[in-house]
Amino acid sequence: MTLLIKYTLIYGIVLMLVALGACFSEHSGIINIAMEGIMVIGGVFGLLVLVMLPAGTSSFMKVLISICTAAAAGVVYSALLAFASINLKADQTIGGTALNLLATALALVLVKRYNNTMSGGTGTQSPKLSFVNSDFIFNIGPITVNVFLFVGLALLVIAIVVLYRTRFGMRLMACGEHPQAADSVGINVYRMRWCGVLISGFLGGIGGLAYIVPAVQVWNFESGVTGMGFLAIAVMIFGQWKPGRIFLAAMFFAVFKALANIYDSTFLTALNLTKEVYNMMPFIASMIILAFTSKNSRAPKAEGVPYDKGQR
Amino acid sequence: MTLADYVIEMLNITKEFPGIKANDDITLQLKRGEIHALLGENGAGKSTLMSVLFGLYQPEKGCIKKNGQVVEIKNPNDANALNIGMVHQHFKLVECFSVLDNIILGVEPNKLGFLQKKEAREKVLRLSEQYGLKVDLDALVEDISVGMQQRTEILKMLYRDNEILIFDEPTAVLTPQEIDELMQIMKNLAAEGKSILFISHKLAEIMAVADRCTVLRKGKYIGTVETKNTTVEELSAMMVGRQVNFKVDKAPAQPGEVVLDVQHVTVPSKLHKNNAVKDVSFQVRRGEIVCLAGIEGNGQTQFIHALTGLDAMSAGTITLCGKDISKAPIRQRSKDGMSHIPEDRHKHGLVLDFTLEQNMVLQRYWQPQFQKGGFIKFDAVREYSDRLIEQYDVRSGQGSVTVARSMSGGNQQKAIVAREIDKDPELLIAVQPTRGLDVGAIEYIHQQIVAVRDAGKAVLLVSLELDEVMNLSDRILVMYEGEIVGQFDPKTVTVEELGLYMAGAKRMEL
Repeated sequence: MTLLIKYTLIYGIVLMLVALGACFSEHSGIINIAMEGIMVIGGVFGLLVLVMLPAGTSSFMKVLISICTAAAAGVVYSALLAFASINLKADQTIGGTALNLLATALALVLVKRYNNTMSGGTGTQSPKLSFVNSDFIFNIGPITVNVFLFVGLALLVIAIVVLYRTRFGMRLMACGEHPQAADSVGINVYRMRWCGVLISGFLGGIGGLAYIVPAVQVWNFESGVTGMGFLAIAVMIFGQWKPGRIFLAAMFFAVFKALANIYDSTFLTALNLTKEVYNMMPFIASMIILAFTSKNSRAPKAEGVPYDKGQR
Repeated sequence: MTLADYVIEMLNITKEFPGIKANDDITLQLKRGEIHALLGENGAGKSTLMSVLFGLYQPEKGCIKKNGQVVEIKNPNDANALNIGMVHQHFKLVECFSVLDNIILGVEPNKLGFLQKKEAREKVLRLSEQYGLKVDLDALVEDISVGMQQRTEILKMLYRDNEILIFDEPTAVLTPQEIDELMQIMKNLAAEGKSILFISHKLAEIMAVADRCTVLRKGKYIGTVETKNTTVEELSAMMVGRQVNFKVDKAPAQPGEVVLDVQHVTVPSKLHKNNAVKDVSFQVRRGEIVCLAGIEGNGQTQFIHALTGLDAMSAGTITLCGKDISKAPIRQRSKDGMSHIPEDRHKHGLVLDFTLEQNMVLQRYWQPQFQKGGFIKFDAVREYSDRLIEQYDVRSGQGSVTVARSMSGGNQQKAIVAREIDKDPELLIAVQPTRGLDVGAIEYIHQQIVAVRDAGKAVLLVSLELDEVMNLSDRILVMYEGEIVGQFDPKTVTVEELGLYMAGAKRMEL
């Protein structure tokens, strides 16, 4: 049971962070299908910095620097999507898909290069990166938690406040709902959309690191982030683009995801299902849930449509 | 001239778009505290001129003065800083925001970026009291009536302390009662010292509310007149460039054989459990215009959807030229001789992002005339489209390759009328064919419909405008709550009598 809670919290926070990121982007009017790629980029840069920090660095600094690096990498990477979809008015789904493809490839190149250098140029082609995650984890009573739990909850509160209590959030949502209206009252739609996408890069980058670090000590970048970015988009839709509901939706999906990790140590072994069935469960659940709920979804009205000042 | 004379002057404004000179040396002078109407047909350049004033477009030539000082207006923020506000024809409201949020959007009172809605609420309440603008501040815009949405737009301007208020065709979307209310509001605003620019092509409203009127035609300045010294006829002649005939010229109908036979049609409602259309039966003959009159929302839309095949009906039969088409798909109905000028030209009439020529062959691209082996004959399409544009006087920036979305509403409608009539139908169904159009275009479309009738075709007209009903039809059927409650000859019935049937106060057994 404690294992279930542990993994649910890990995955729940990851899904929530990334879904919140996508939510900011979509509220500004840009569909961000590139969350998967942003997670990979955030994860690989965060990890590389983590393993390259000098040995004497304090735990606190290690955590801080690697998280900041992941966030910054996500922001930079998401800027590509922002430039393509806002300035060049490209199709947002295609742009996002391209970024997803690029991210995994880029991560593999970087990790293989790093491994090769570390092994003294022996030509190793390992896509796996080993690291130490002890600085990120600690115990509260019987439950193991990681720093991302607190980072995530803090960011959730900030996201709610920003979206619903500030001028920025109100203008951001206006741009995603009715950019012509926002423009007519003097709001710079392009700038707000840039902000929305960059925030999604920030949260997605952290989310990538948060997915990889707490659970394991070695990560194979060939599989990217195993579809967590897409699952997060499902979470965002199930959460109806509202941060509070996204949190609940993320925890709900996380339970399914966590089951895959721990089923072999519970009564579920009696069912004699293979691991693959459990691995599929969150995705099947998301398909079923979205099939039934997406009809009533309240997506930002103008999302996916490039804003063009001249159009009637 | 003293400083107080003109609050805004637009002098010799010229604005060009690719292929079209939207404003050609136009001068407009607005006095403090007056209601000044800007009159012109669709595409005359009214909206462009106002967009220049509001900072959405930059003019190539000319200057704008406020209180005698030359000012530059580069964007809506500049306009706002000069206290110029605008209610756009299509409201610029965020539907999932509350009324209050929409009013303060862009000028939100805040401390360090955090919203302070309380003071905003007090100010808005004060304004709504002062000017008699009733709104529910906490209701979402998507839940409120069009009239209240418009009041929200007006409050948006007042909240910004705007002195010069631009109304872009404000009555197009309102019911008659809401129009009366708006007229009163505009008079109140002018009495409080606001200066109002009122864009319209509805002459009666201009005569009722405006002090002066500036007329544009095809991008050119025609003149400015005092409304108390002019007449509707004079204004319309200035606007169109010729005398307009408000009465439709037509010979008495010569009804022939039955073309459309509707028997016991019942259509379920999508909103509630009752039927939207209940047991409707009537016939339309060759050479007559039958009008389905009624107040909006009494089942006309649902009936037409069933008749044209857009929706299914639950009972009854429809016979077109002796052939049962009750269950026929839309293309079959079209092939059998049905033409449909739809109520919503954006939704059912045009593919807005297609070019004009593509729209012209939407129902015909598969005919041998336009394709061979699945490949479109582009030359034939272009030729056909060019002919329709020429013949029906559809005006656009780039002819056949103009994107439909960029055209004015009147010309979009003309394109649809051209396409539907040129199909040479047995039955023409025209649903509110002149909605939102100016008098010149209305006259033209009415003539076309009469010509179709005189060519021996059957015409079914659906209209909410009593003038149109009385003028155009040969026979009137009144629909009330999904039933036909009366049948009249327009020559013998009065508008008042029709009104009683439309309101459900009277009904006859048919």
